Amino acid sequence: MKILVCISKAPDTTSKIAFSDNNTKFDENGVQFIVNPYDEWYALVRALEIKETLGGTVTTLSVGGADYEPIIRKALAIGADDAVRIDAAESDSLYVAKQIANYAKGKGFDIIFCGKETINYNGSVVPGMVAELLDLPYVALAHKIDLAGNTATIMREVPGGEEVLEVNTPFVLSAAKGMAEQRIPNMRGIMAARTKPLAVEAASAADASTTVKGYSLPPAKSGCKYITPENAGDLIRILHEEAKAL
Amino acid sequence: MRTDLYQGHDYYLMDEWLTEEHKLIRETARAWVKKEVSPIIEEAAEKCKFPEHLLKGLGEIGAFGPYIPTEYGGAGLDQIAYGLIMQELERCDSGLRSTASVQSSLVMYPIYKYGNEEQRKKYLPKLASGEWMGCFGLTEPDFGSNPGGMITNFKDMGDHYLLNGAKMWISNAPFAQIAVVWAKNEQGRIHGLIVERGMEGFTTPTMHGKWSLRASDTGELIFDNVKVPKENLLPGKNGLGAPLGCLDSARYGIAWGAIGAALDCYDVALRYSKERIQFGKPIGAFQLQQKKLAEMITEITKAQLLTYRLGQLRNEGRATSAQISMAKRNNLAMAKQIISDARQILGAMGITGEYPVMRHMMNLESVITYEGTHDIHLLITGMDITGFDAFK
Repeated sequence: MKILVCISKAPDTTSKIAFSDNNTKFDENGVQFIVNPYDEWYALVRALEIKETLGGTVTTLSVGGADYEPIIRKALAIGADDAVRIDAAESDSLYVAKQIANYAKGKGFDIIFCGKETINYNGSVVPGMVAELLDLPYVALAHKIDLAGNTATIMREVPGGEEVLEVNTPFVLSAAKGMAEQRIPNMRGIMAARTKPLAVEAASAADASTTVKGYSLPPAKSGCKYITPENAGDLIRILHEEAKAL
Repeated sequence: MRTDLYQGHDYYLMDEWLTEEHKLIRETARAWVKKEVSPIIEEAAEKCKFPEHLLKGLGEIGAFGPYIPTEYGGAGLDQIAYGLIMQELERCDSGLRSTASVQSSLVMYPIYKYGNEEQRKKYLPKLASGEWMGCFGLTEPDFGSNPGGMITNFKDMGDHYLLNGAKMWISNAPFAQIAVVWAKNEQGRIHGLIVERGMEGFTTPTMHGKWSLRASDTGELIFDNVKVPKENLLPGKNGLGAPLGCLDSARYGIAWGAIGAALDCYDVALRYSKERIQFGKPIGAFQLQQKKLAEMITEITKAQLLTYRLGQLRNEGRATSAQISMAKRNNLAMAKQIISDARQILGAMGITGEYPVMRHMMNLESVITYEGTHDIHLLITGMDITGFDAFK
C-alpha cells in the first residue's frame, strides 16, 4: 500500500491570536506551531497502522516554507518513511490543493490521507479539491477504515447515525476523530527521523482563487449569569428578552 | 489530580538556543508524561508504590542513558537533551526523575565510563530499554556525606571476590536487576562492582515510612558473603573519584529536574491566580500575589540561564564538579521557595492532592539532601573559591 499523508501546521491551541497587516494576516510572532492534530493523530497514525499491517510506504506531503521542517521531522519521528515539502507560501485552499494534486499525479498513491480540517482555518475543503483535481473518489470525515485487498470499508458519521461506504483504491480520505489514537514518537523514531529523506520541491504553477480581505476576533465572552432554582421561570424571559435566543 | 494543563515557561526566549531536535525530545517527554503519568501519579504517591509499568515507556522516550552512544543502546544525545528529559520528568514527579537519573547517571554512566567492552555490551542495551533496572550503592547507614569512610568491603578469594556490608537509601533497589556497588578492597581502595540479583547473600529490603519520593522505591542493599565474579569489577577507575564522577552526572540532571518542579508549581499558581476570585477580582490582580509570581518567574529564569550554560560546558567537557554543585544547590533552593509560595497562592486548595504542590514540596526535601546535601554543596563551592577544605 502506497500512502500519501498531507501534513499541515497549526498554531498550538494555547496561542494568543492576533493579526497583522491591517488585519489581513495571522500574526505568527511568538506562536508555537504544532502538526495539525487531525493530520497527525488521525490521518498519519492510521496510515502507519495500515502500513504496519499490509506493508508499503507512508510519505508525508506539506505545502509551505522552511519553517515547516520541525513539523515534518515530527511526522517522520512518529513513523513516516519519507517526506516532501512543496516550497510555497500557503495561500488559499485551491492553491494548496493544486500543489498536492500536481505532486501526487502519476505517482501511484493508493490512498491520500488528509485530516478533516486544519484547526486554524477550518476550511475542510482541500481533500475534496485534491480528489476532484485527480479525478479520484473522495470520502469525507471518516472515522474508521478497514482494507481487504484493494477495497476499503469506511465508516463516517452522518447526522443522527453512521454511514458505511465501500471504495476501491485509489481514493482520497479526510480523517475525523476516532480514526486512531495519538502516537507519541519514541527516541528511536526521533533518531531515525534525522536521516529520513525530506525532499524539497519547487511549487507548480497555480493561482489562488480567493484573497483575504480581513480577519476579526469573535466578540469577548460575556460573564455567566446564574439563576437560582427558585427563579427558574426567569430563564425563559432572559433567553427571550436579553439573549434573544427564543 | 486535575487534568494536567501544564505549559512550559520561557521568559528569556531560551528556546531559541535549543535545536529543533531538543524541542521535539522535550515535547515527546512532556506528551508522554501527560498521557501516562499525570493521571496516576497522585495515587502512586498516596499508595507509596512505584508504577513499574512505566519503565518500558521511560525507555522508549529515551529517559535511560540518553547520552550513552547508540552502539550500546543509548540515544547518543547531548547533555542539554538529557537535562530537558530530566526537567520534564521532575515537572511531574521527582520520584519518576530519580528512577531515570539513577539508571542513566549512576548505573549506565559508570558501566559506560569505567566498564570494559564486555560489561558495556552485556548491560547497557538492556538498561537503555528498561528491560533491566539498576541501582547505585554508595551511601551507608553511617556514611552519608562522608562516603570515603564506607565499611562495605570485598576480599580477593582467587577466582571470585567476597563482598560484605550494607548500603542504605538506595533508589530503585527493591526492583533492580543489578546494583553498581562501591566497596573497599583489602588495601582500602574504593572499587565499583556489578552485583546481580540472585547472587547468594544479596538482598534488597524495601524502606518504608517515607513522606517524600513516595512514588519511587527506595531500599537497602545487604551483602552477606556475596560471591561476585571477578569479571564484574569495573576496571576503568577506582578511588572515591570514580563514584563522585557518577554523582556529577546525576547532580547535573537534578539541576534541570528542580527547574521542572518549580515550573510546574509556578504554572499551577499562575493559572490559579487568574481564576480564583476574591473581593470581586482575580487574586492575581493583587500586589502581594503578583510579587510572589514575579519573583517566581525571575528565579526560574535565572536558574534556566545558569543551567543551560552548565549544559554547554558539560557538552564541551569543561564543567567542573564545583560548577555542578552550584547549580544543584541553587536550583533546589529556588524550587523549594517557589513551591512554598505557590502553596500559599493556592490557599487551602494548595494542601490537597487536587494540585501537585504538596507532593513536589515533600519530594524536594529528599532531593535537597541526596546526591550531596545542601550544606555539602556550599562547602564544595567554598573550597573551590578559597582553596580551604572545610569538610572536616
